[in-house]
Amino acid sequence: MRILAIVAQVPGAEERLKVAEGGVDLGASKLVLDTMDEYGVEEALRLREAGAGGDTAVEVIVLGVGPSRVEAALRNALALGADRAVLVDSGAIDLARDVVATSKVIAEVAKRERADLVLCGAQQADSDSQALGAAVAERLGWAQATWVTALTCEGRTLAGRHDVDDGQQDFRLPLPAVVTAQQGLNEPRYPTLPNIMKARKKELRMEVLAGFDVAPQVRLVKQELQHRERLHRLIPGSDAKAAADELLRALREDAKVLA
Amino acid sequence: MILVVVEHGNGRIGKSARELVTAARSCGVEGPVAALVLGSDVAAIATEAATLVGQVLVADRPELATYDAELWAAAVAQIAREGEVALVLIAASRSGREYSPRVAVKLEAPLIEGAACLTFEGGVVRGERYSFLSRVTETVESNAAVVVATVLPGAFAPAEALGAPGEQFDVDLELPERRLIVTGAQPANAGRLPLGEAEIVVAGGRGTGSAEGFERIVVGLADKLGAAVGATRAVVDAGWRPYAEQVGQTGVTVQPRLYLAIGISGAVQHLSGMNKSQTIVAINKDADAPIFTVADYGIVGDCDAIVEALKSAIG
Ligand SMILES: Cc1cc2nc3c(=O)[nH]c(=O)nc-3n(C[C@H](O)[C@H](O)[C@H](O)COP(=O)(O)OP(=O)(O)OC[C@H]3O[C@@H](n4cnc5c(N)ncnc54)[C@H](O)[C@@H]3O)c2cc1C
Ligand SMILES: Nc1ncnc2c1ncn2[C@@H]1O[C@H](COP(=O)(O)O)[C@@H](O)[C@H]1O
Repeated sequence: MRILAIVAQVPGAEERLKVAEGGVDLGASKLVLDTMDEYGVEEALRLREAGAGGDTAVEVIVLGVGPSRVEAALRNALALGADRAVLVDSGAIDLARDVVATSKVIAEVAKRERADLVLCGAQQADSDSQALGAAVAERLGWAQATWVTALTCEGRTLAGRHDVDDGQQDFRLPLPAVVTAQQGLNEPRYPTLPNIMKARKKELRMEVLAGFDVAPQVRLVKQELQHRERLHRLIPGSDAKAAADELLRALREDAKVLA
Repeated sequence: MILVVVEHGNGRIGKSARELVTAARSCGVEGPVAALVLGSDVAAIATEAATLVGQVLVADRPELATYDAELWAAAVAQIAREGEVALVLIAASRSGREYSPRVAVKLEAPLIEGAACLTFEGGVVRGERYSFLSRVTETVESNAAVVVATVLPGAFAPAEALGAPGEQFDVDLELPERRLIVTGAQPANAGRLPLGEAEIVVAGGRGTGSAEGFERIVVGLADKLGAAVGATRAVVDAGWRPYAEQVGQTGVTVQPRLYLAIGISGAVQHLSGMNKSQTIVAINKDADAPIFTVADYGIVGDCDAIVEALKSAIG
């Protein structure tokens, strides 16, 4: 069995973002492997270690589609234990806002690698897109489960739990399939020093986007940092009753959000 | 033609359906608006939808009794194709966000996700959306012949009924077999106000101390205010509250008139789910807690004592 785990590179959650010339400038930001993808990579490794589907030779391939800097995130995934990596270098083409185009590349690699299972993060922390997994599943004609918090594999059947509009559901799903991972699915491991060293020697294959016949249909016009003016009015809390009275008065009379 | 997919539950159309109709009407210079109702036993839903738009397409089939991403995607894509729809609008609910990509791929159409603003002029669909964990507002556009967009809950006002009801048409669909089989469900806490639709949300974090503390402080205040209850991931992971109450990146996104954050530190992942709220109140004993950076009113102090005082003052 082969598992393809998709990896994106995003600014760390606590990074301060900078906008220059109408776009987010990541030049000075610390970029990391997206946390949500980390859950996907971790799950792939666990399925390999568990001999998923009765297979003791599960291979975990990590795939990144984006600028060449994504190599660092792939190396990171290799250091966690993935077997090999593929980077489809998007060069000057910005695929970031067109999930439908990106999914074509990922599905093509999944086919070429004869993957049985694609894992990716439920949401990408740069585009805030939640669409990648489902778009890839549709391209491949595969089943999907999104926002998964528990997963097992018996033979050619996945079982697990995921979030839905109205709470959570337990599900069964046939392979091949796409599963999107999120917090709760597992606790990702840290790379060990020997694994970091080994990762340098693991295969990282570079491909170029030109071979995939994609053209983005969504254009990013501009980006700005969200800034909503807040009052920042501090009400002293030492006298609880006075604080409560003043808060209620302010919410009723000033903000007019309470009757 | 603009197609709106109607979410419904408990025999009523959802608030999101009315919001989509408003979004569609504001884009409507490019054509009429049609609504698609998918489900089983949905005659009443279709009639309610017909108060809002000129045409309602109804697929009333037993196979559609419960939501499935593949079935919904197949149905919406088929209708969009046959109806020569230029813009497909789907609610950015969890289900909407998971089947809309399949619709887009089937139609080879671009997908604009989580639009907070939407225009359609001169063949160009332009959307405003949030990115980088809701820290950035961005504008994207596409001039593709067909565009699929999901629309954020709360971004548009719910539409009011038109004068005369629209026409209803039954549609034939070719549907695939279900592949995801549901073997169990843990429904959200019925009985409480749905988080996403509430005007007031009282949310609590680890600072409430315990499951009992949360119940007394947060739920107690929510009951007094007729508000929905929200929680942080930390509280949900600790098992104090059900997952359905989680606000944030991996939970629900809310945009109420009033959000009270009680004993919540204000991690980025939490803020991304509530920082669009109209008025934010933070009660936290740590004056440096990041939640204060998004607060309109802040009280530094013990949340138990302050909320007790609030509850007495409300009466
Ligand atoms: C991929 C990912 C996704 C995530 N998604 C979410 C999400 O969707 N939603 C979410 O909420 N989190 C999410 N998190 C977790 C998030 O990073 C924080 O860990 C979490 O929000 C913290 O919850 P908290 O504020 O309740 O707890 P804490 O951070 O522990 O804060 C507790 C606060 O209570 C205050 N306090 C303590 N005692 C009192 C008292 N007596 N009176 C008043 N104040 C008091 C403290 O000063 C502190 O600020 C996610 C994390 C990751 C990595
Ligand atoms: N109500 C408040 N209570 C405590 N600290 C506050 C309050 N309002 C603002 N601050 C502090 O001021 C900063 C807000 O700065 P800014 O994000 O620029 O609006 C925060 O980092 C808080 O430390």
